[in-house]
Amino acid sequence: MSSTNRTVVVTGIGATTPLGGDAATTWEGLVSGRSGVRPLTQDWAAEQAVRIAAQAAVDPSEVIPRPQARRLDRSAQFALIAAKEAWADAGFEEKAADNGDVDPARLGAVIASGIGGVTTLLDQYDVLKEKGVRRVSPHTVPMLMPNGPSANVGLYVGARAGVHTPVSACASGAEAIGYAVEMIRTGRADIVVAGGTEAAIHPLPIAAFGNMMAMSKNNEDPEGASRPYDTARDGFVLGEGAGVIVLESAEHAAKRGARVYAEAVGQGISADGHDIVQPEPEGRGISDALKNLLAATDLDPAEIVHVNAHATSTPAGDVAELKALRNVFGDDTDHIAVSATKSMTGHLLGGAGGVESVATILALYHRIAPPTINIENIDPEAEANADVVRGEARKLPVEGRIAALNDSFGFGGHNVVLAFRTV
Amino acid sequence: MAATQEEIVAGLAEIVNEIAGIPVEDVQLDKSFTDDLDVDSLSMVEVVVAAEERFDVKIPDDDVKNLKTVGDATEYILKHQA
Repeated sequence: MSSTNRTVVVTGIGATTPLGGDAATTWEGLVSGRSGVRPLTQDWAAEQAVRIAAQAAVDPSEVIPRPQARRLDRSAQFALIAAKEAWADAGFEEKAADNGDVDPARLGAVIASGIGGVTTLLDQYDVLKEKGVRRVSPHTVPMLMPNGPSANVGLYVGARAGVHTPVSACASGAEAIGYAVEMIRTGRADIVVAGGTEAAIHPLPIAAFGNMMAMSKNNEDPEGASRPYDTARDGFVLGEGAGVIVLESAEHAAKRGARVYAEAVGQGISADGHDIVQPEPEGRGISDALKNLLAATDLDPAEIVHVNAHATSTPAGDVAELKALRNVFGDDTDHIAVSATKSMTGHLLGGAGGVESVATILALYHRIAPPTINIENIDPEAEANADVVRGEARKLPVEGRIAALNDSFGFGGHNVVLAFRTV
Repeated sequence: MAATQEEIVAGLAEIVNEIAGIPVEDVQLDKSFTDDLDVDSLSMVEVVVAAEERFDVKIPDDDVKNLKTVGDATEYILKHQA
């Protein structure tokens, strides 16, 4: 219990994404190469330069009862749905206090969001302007605070070891999972519910990202718009949803006979120190994160067979990441199947690390790498540096221990690499 | 035109149903908002604002704490409605 280098495993997964309302449907969509990107049909979309997005396949209003939903920001609703699925998947149906297998004082929650309750903030500002002070919802503050999703998930499972919310833009979800792994490794907790969520499909974020020239304006071909590594890529497509996993010390999982999906080997973190939004073009910061991962864990580059890349479909970022893989792993890069699942889910910002960790864990569990869709002409710099899984899913080695990475990088120069391994 | 006691209870029942999800038939004069109807302090503010709008009445924050039951609120609205 007081050990400071404990093995951490994944015992539950949950997701609600543009491809499906749960992890299984999402995984089926990823493996079959299905796009979740659609035209935006809301009235406000007509005047936007960007009129496409990857909206959640199952609206949370279909799942969460109205009285509860009206006091949760959409990002917290996604987080709660994914957390409930993951918690049940790990074998729990109730709060820790009512469950003999979990001590609430040894249970944590770490759920991140890149932007927080942005739709609540903006909608309530509209209420203030249009209807006056008295009509602003008394639930506004707990709904818009970025730690809202984490706090609500913590309350749902009954976590008392600590509830946290790292914020690092699009690396937030991955940073949350890395933080949770450390909570268990260092002995602060035995079990932690962790992941990322985002709900930012609203005219203001879309106008803002659009004006940064960060988003694809391929409104004529929504399903083909998110095209990482393609020479015609022109920016990311905004997605929404959440991915949550249950992490547990190997000892705790074994004691209760839990099903184990994978080992959470650890994380590598760095900062670019380069620019507030532009990625460092040679992938120097990403290389540092990969080196830090190798230094901090017993991960062997020879066992890495898959990378769920950050690859958002922007001209600079996609290639910098692959250069970093080649730089750090050298010839070992040749046996790494690189998949950019954002080609199907769009970019879930702070939710990306959560959803893509679920995808990475399931890729190991089923030994299948999902495809990168929409590559018509692969960027020669991508092809020179990495083996990108194109068009169709690819089988991973059927025998032996294999490992996979999930990369997540964020505005501000945040780099987080998570490593998982079969058990 | 001022609402009757019956109309006020029916209106409050609809409001409580919308905010807390409690069936309208459970919202009776003797029911406590907090103990019986799942209306916590933040949701009570929502109930009050919705009631103000519906019954054209002002309920100052200082008076809200005295409105423990549906009966308290009904009586208050009957007395203060414009």
